[in-house]
Formats: sequence, structure tokens, C-alpha cells
Amino acid sequence: MRVTTRPALNPGNFALTGERRELADKIKLRYPEDRVASAIIPLLDLAQRENKGWLSKEAIDFVAQETSSASIRVYEVASFYSMFNMKPVGKHFIQVCRTTPCWLRGSDELTNKVKSKLGIEIGETTEDGEFTLVEVECLGACCNAPMVQINDDYFEDLTPEHLDKLLDDLKAGRDVSIGSQAGRIGSAPEGGPQTLLETKG
Amino acid sequence: MLQDKDRIFTNLYGQHDWRLKGAMSRGIYSGLKDMIGRGRDAIIDDVKASNLRGRGGAGFPTGLKWSFMPKDSGMPQYLVVNADESEPGTCKDREILRYDPHRLLEGMLLAGFAMGANTGYIYIRGEFFNEASNIQQAIDEAYDAGMIGKNACKSGWDFDIHLHRGAGAYICGEETALLESLEGKKGQPRLKPPFPAGCGLYGCPTTVNNVETIAVVPEILRRGVDWWTGLGPENNKGTKVFCISGHVNKPCNVEEEMGIPLRELIEKHAGGVRGGWDNLLTIIPGGSSVPCLPFETCCDINMDFDSLKAVKSGLGTAAVIVMDKSTDIIQAIARLSHFYMHESCGQCTPCREGTGWMWRVLERMAKGDATVDEIDMLLDVTYQIEGHTICALGDAAAWPVQGLIKNFRHVIEERIAGAQRAAAE
Repeated sequence: MRVTTRPALNPGNFALTGERRELADKIKLRYPEDRVASAIIPLLDLAQRENKGWLSKEAIDFVAQETSSASIRVYEVASFYSMFNMKPVGKHFIQVCRTTPCWLRGSDELTNKVKSKLGIEIGETTEDGEFTLVEVECLGACCNAPMVQINDDYFEDLTPEHLDKLLDDLKAGRDVSIGSQAGRIGSAPEGGPQTLLETKG
Repeated sequence: MLQDKDRIFTNLYGQHDWRLKGAMSRGIYSGLKDMIGRGRDAIIDDVKASNLRGRGGAGFPTGLKWSFMPKDSGMPQYLVVNADESEPGTCKDREILRYDPHRLLEGMLLAGFAMGANTGYIYIRGEFFNEASNIQQAIDEAYDAGMIGKNACKSGWDFDIHLHRGAGAYICGEETALLESLEGKKGQPRLKPPFPAGCGLYGCPTTVNNVETIAVVPEILRRGVDWWTGLGPENNKGTKVFCISGHVNKPCNVEEEMGIPLRELIEKHAGGVRGGWDNLLTIIPGGSSVPCLPFETCCDINMDFDSLKAVKSGLGTAAVIVMDKSTDIIQAIARLSHFYMHESCGQCTPCREGTGWMWRVLERMAKGDATVDEIDMLLDVTYQIEGHTICALGDAAAWPVQGLIKNFRHVIEERIAGAQRAAAE
């Protein structure tokens, strides 16, 4: 006789709170009742937000419990996707896009700027826990290259000087404007759109 | 040049209100009840007649794809929109998602009805957080206004739309990997057959379409098939959003007519190549997965599926990556190889091992630290990866390297010779 056993889940004190708890319940309703495992990825995202940007063993066990899944199933999903951090990260998670379209327009200078300014290498966090630097693959804003993503927001058309100021502002808790740092309208050409001039709304 | 009146994405740059009110003032959702009233077959016939080809890269005829869905499977049927835009160079769907979300929702309703699907999922890449936020607000608005949900647009058809955010994996743009991911698993492509139209999401009939493909459908039906087929060359009809990035004076997204000459596209819309046309080295015309074009081809090639296929490249996602003569082309392609190495899902040995192998060799070649016979060995490895994997990521990783060797073998040889001279001195 074959017996399949599962180690007990141990979320400890980990739980989603407030709006995240409500959102998790809403998300689970998006899938057929017997397909709650579909919610694993969105719930891992919420758990990571709850846990200051990374997934602990408790957070993974929590998601496993919520989705009636084995912990290892959730762990293998968490470790597959690049947006899930398996160790703690800084308050501002800097992701420099390194793929060819950004590289052609100077992404290396952005990475070097962060390294020299903050005194960290790729994959490291500053001692004060403010910043983590990573390089990532194409973030899909190639017409506004080079760009970085910091937490949820894209900062585009960057120069090392822009980035320098941006990091200062973030550290000081000042408001920053997301999107193009060169004043472009979306992905319209610099200087303003050359098409869609006749159309209204 | 395409006239503004023929452009579908009138809010491509986000200058206008993307919410329901603004969308309706741009004509979105108008006449939808009547379009649905014409029946499923009429919609599919129109999409077939329009010759619309999928905008996600492969260029498969959309109407034909839709007709693969069973009429009466007795199971739930699904429409899934692929918004996992990650092909390097490509940033067009993002603009539709954040600035014209209702155009997508409207298209989903029509496509869902035509294929007998009562549920649609939008799978958006996780990094597009703000874009996902706009889409979710648009979905909420559309439910509140009765545009989707029970008896959507008073058409008698029930249609639910849900948003699903991914979590960072290029491979989830492959349709069966996307379905795996949507089921809460690692994004590893499935063997085909069975194809999703027979056995897709949760084992039910499913069609996966790109954002732009779905978003143009309502306008084709509204303005008529003749309008759409009046644009673009034979078998490559309609308009297309092109993404022009890299060494141009003014990178941008622009909606143009299919078949526009590449040079015209760059000079009219993107301010020309940095340093002038003669400063051009090469162009990748359709996203990182297609081979780069030699200078002479760039001068007179037209931007459509068949023209680019004829020169052994491809339109792909119409992401035009321009490189001028200052580019270290070996390093540029090595970067792409690093991308594919990072994004390989790891299922198939040729891709898992080969992508890393190609990257390591290219990094050495970029420094000249290689031998000339390794060039042919590298080419041979690309052929061993191509066609020997479950999905097309292996092919996509091989083609840029093949393009490099085909067009720039002399650059690699010179780099190696230079390094050997320097070592001898």
C-alpha cells in the first residue's frame, strides 16, 4: 500500500492583513471553485508585499494553506518566477533593465551609477536597508530606454544624473514622478507626437 | 504614410482620458449589440475575410485560429489574452493596456462571443503593475456599466473578464506556458498536440490571442472589412503598432500601415538613425528573436510578414531595434543570448544547456578570446538547438546568433585576429 503524506504547513504568525486580505479573497473568486491553485501566483505577490518584499518559508506555507496546495508546489512556483525574492531586500528595490535595447542607450552607465553612489554590487543591499540593486531582463519599455523599475514603478529615459537625483529623492522620502524623466509624453517621440494630431479624444 | 483617420489607437500616447467616459467618446462599445446580433459565424467570417494575422509574433491568421474552437464542447470555453509582453524591443501592448484598456475589453467580448467563451482572462506580465491597475479599473467600470458580465452590452451573451498578473517570466508569453502559469504552476510549455483549442486552460477549449490582435477586431468589424483590407499589401493587411528603439534620434511607438518601408518608418517617425542613415550598422526588425538585417537590406525592405520572411528574418512583434556603427554587435547579440539563458524554462536540454553555452562563447568572442574554428562550432550548436525543443524559445535563442554569424562573421574574425596580435606583441 502506498501512502502519500505531506509535511504539515506552518505559517506561524504570518497572515495577510487589511486590504490585502480582502483582495486575496476577491482574487480567489476569479477562478473556478476547484481551481483555487490558480491563485498561487497572485497570492504569493500579496504575501511578498505583506512581508516587506520577500518570501519567507512562513509566507510560502501560508499561500499553500490558502490554495490547498503542498508547500513544495508553492515553493517551486515561487522560485521559478523572477519577481519573487527568496531573501530580504531593501526598501527601494532597484531593477536596472540590462537587455539589448536598454544597453544600446546606456544601461551600463545606470548600473555603474547605482554601484558607485550606493557602494553596492549587483545583488547587494545597502547597510541601512534602503536600497537593493539587481539587473533584470527586458521590462518592456524599450522606446523609453534606458529605464529602471523601482518597486512597482518605471522610471524611463534616464541619464545617470537623473538617477542620482532620483535615489536622493527616494531616500529623503520626497515625491518622485514616474514614467519619462525627460518629459516625454508616454512613448511619443521626443518633442511631442508627430501623429494623432487630427484626432480628438 | 497612414492618415490619422485610419489609426485605431487614437490614445496611443495617453493624451486623452482612458476611462470609460473617454473611451465611449472615442466610439468604443458603440454598435456592439448589433455586431453581436449578427451571430458567431458572421464575426468569424469577417475576421477571416479581413486577413488579420496575429500581432504577437507568429502572424497566424486570427479568423482561422478562432474557427478551431469547438461549437459545442459541453465544457466551459475560455478566451485568454496574452499581455505578457516581454520580447526585447517590444513595448506596444503596454500602451494599449494602460491608455486604451476598453478597446481590449470590447475586443474580448466580441472574440469571446464568436468563440463561445463565457470567460476571458487577461494574463499581464507582473512588472506592468500600473498598467494592470488601469486594466482592473477599466474592468470594474465596464462591469458597473453593464458592458461586460451578465447580458453584456444587452446582447444576451454573458461574459466575465478577469485579470491575472504574472510574476516575471518571458516564457509565459508562449501560449501553453501561459496556461500552465494561469493554472498556478511553473511556466513550462506543454507538448502540442493537443492544441489549446481542444485542451487548453483547465483542460477546456481555449484560445490565446495577443492584446493588439484582440484590440483591433472591433474596429475592423465596425468600419468594415473593406476598410481594413484597403490598407497594407496582399496577405499582410491592416495597421500595426511599430516600436522603434535603439540608436534613433527619437525612439517611439507609432501605428502605421503594414508594409511601410523600414527606412521611411525610421526617418518619418523616429527622427532617423543617429548620425544619419549611412551611420546604420544593422537592424533587428521584429523583436530580439528574429535575425538582424544587413545594411543593404535595411535600405529597401518593407515591414510586413512576407517581405521579411523572404529575406530570412521576420516581422515578429514589429519591434525595430536600430544599431548604429558605434555598436559592438558581438556584445549586443551576447546580451540577447544572456536574456535567453535567463529565460529558458529548463525543460529541454538543448535550450537549457545551449543558451548558456552560446552566451559564454559569445562573451569570449566579444573579447576576441576564441579561435576562428569556434565560429562554425557556435553556428553548429545553434542548429542543434533550433527545432529540437518543445517550444520556440530554443529557435528564438538560435536565430539572433545565426544572424550575427551570417552578417558579421568578419567582425568576429577581426576581433579574434586583433586579440591574437595583441597577445603576440
